[in-house]
Amino acid sequence: MHTFRICCNKGVHPLAYFPDQNAVAINLQQLLRSAAGLLLAGSLALPGLEAAAAAPAEIQKSLETAARASTPGFGGLSAERGQRFFSSTHGNDWSCTSCHTPTPLAPGKHAKTGREIAPLAPAANPQRFTDAAKVEKWFNRNCNDVLGRVCTAQEKGDVLAYLMSLAK
Amino acid sequence: MNNTSKRWIFDSVVWSASLLFLFGLLLDNALADSKGFTASNNTWKAECASCHMAYPPNLLPAPAWRRLMAGLDKHFGTDASIDARSAAEIGAFLENNSGQGKRRGSDSGTLRITETPWFQRKHDEVPASTWKNPRVQTAANCSACHAGAERGDFDEHAVRIPR
Ligand code: HEC
Ligand code: HEC
Ligand code: HEC
Repeated sequence: MHTFRICCNKGVHPLAYFPDQNAVAINLQQLLRSAAGLLLAGSLALPGLEAAAAAPAEIQKSLETAARASTPGFGGLSAERGQRFFSSTHGNDWSCTSCHTPTPLAPGKHAKTGREIAPLAPAANPQRFTDAAKVEKWFNRNCNDVLGRVCTAQEKGDVLAYLMSLAK
Repeated sequence: MNNTSKRWIFDSVVWSASLLFLFGLLLDNALADSKGFTASNNTWKAECASCHMAYPPNLLPAPAWRRLMAGLDKHFGTDASIDARSAAEIGAFLENNSGQGKRRGSDSGTLRITETPWFQRKHDEVPASTWKNPRVQTAANCSACHAGAERGDFDEHAVRIPR
């Protein structure tokens, strides 16, 4: 008969001897966190795929509907007015062309950071105006930066009419 | 089986499990150190890389990321606001992978990586005229000199300053 004991009194769990139990707890937390992250990523993937289905024409249609409802004497969207809006500084430093260039079929360049921006016109970049939430997010941000306010549905519809009128 | 040999089996199982676990901990820490600038998250890549490259999270301390994420509507002179759900996910990712230690972990009050003492020390040999070169445009344009910046590669041997 032999006994095999390195340190511990009978009945004491070996783990109880490690002074830094925090390290163990933190690592468990990290494990749980990454597991939760994986689950979340999995559940987000599906709705994401469904959302990216709209076409530029559909987005234009819903902008037109909104513009008709909010503009007294609405006379339709205008590519020409859109182009003027796009290249005006509206009394501030930037215009839309500052980053998207006066020829939105070509790649643009961020006026402040210098980062290249893929072309904005759908004819040159099929990904543009296919995700309504993304379009709305960028109209909000960029109108704030250029005009200091959000754009009206008419203004957004005009800009889209202009961009859709550009062909390669 | 008598009690003593049961005890023996129990002890050896518990001990090997604990050793494996400790070994795992060490390995995990080693990996965390060698991760360099390559921590990544899809939402962060989608939301924080459209106006500039996605800056590695370990270049700012957690409190700076927290302040930056709280002010995205007025982000260095632009509106970079995002929905609350993405903001929460990105904020957690940035803080979990934020700068640690004496250098990159200490909060000097700035939200700019390029204004941290760490950045300025690493770049003290870059002449003032270089930062103003239109091909650099801004010190925050890491890729102008570090071709591999987007991949998290800032190796000093691969730096090329545009002229
Ligand atoms: C300071 C630079 C800047 C200015 C000024 C700017 N934009 Fe943008 N814009 C961007 C960036 C960056 C993106 C996103 C780039 C990407 O998705 O590749 C973007 C994206 C967009 C999108 C998203 C399109 C899509 O479906 O992907 C629209 C719409 C847009 N801009 C419209 C405008 C309008 C209208 C103006 C003028 C009021 C304007 N932008 C001014 C930088 C700018
Ligand atoms: C709408 C455009 C836009 C978006 C989106 C954006 N940023 Fe920025 N960011 C800027 C601009 C402009 C600057 C200032 C660049 C300069 O002055 O050189 C900047 C600067 C920074 C800086 C400081 C760089 C330095 O000088 O050291 C950090 C850090 C930063 N951004 C993080 C983020 C994070 C994190 C996100 C995502 C949540 C994000 N940005 C999204 C436009 C943007
Ligand atoms: C004008 C050119 C330029 C820009 C822009 C620039 N760097 Fe650097 N960077 C350098 C030079 C030069 C060195 C020093 C190389 C040496 O020590 O020999 C350096 C060194 C570094 C190092 C240390 C590399 C090492 O191996 O020790 C890091 C990390 C780094 N830069 C990160 C950045 C980040 C992050 C940005 C953007 C926020 C940036 N740099 C922007 C030129 C630049």
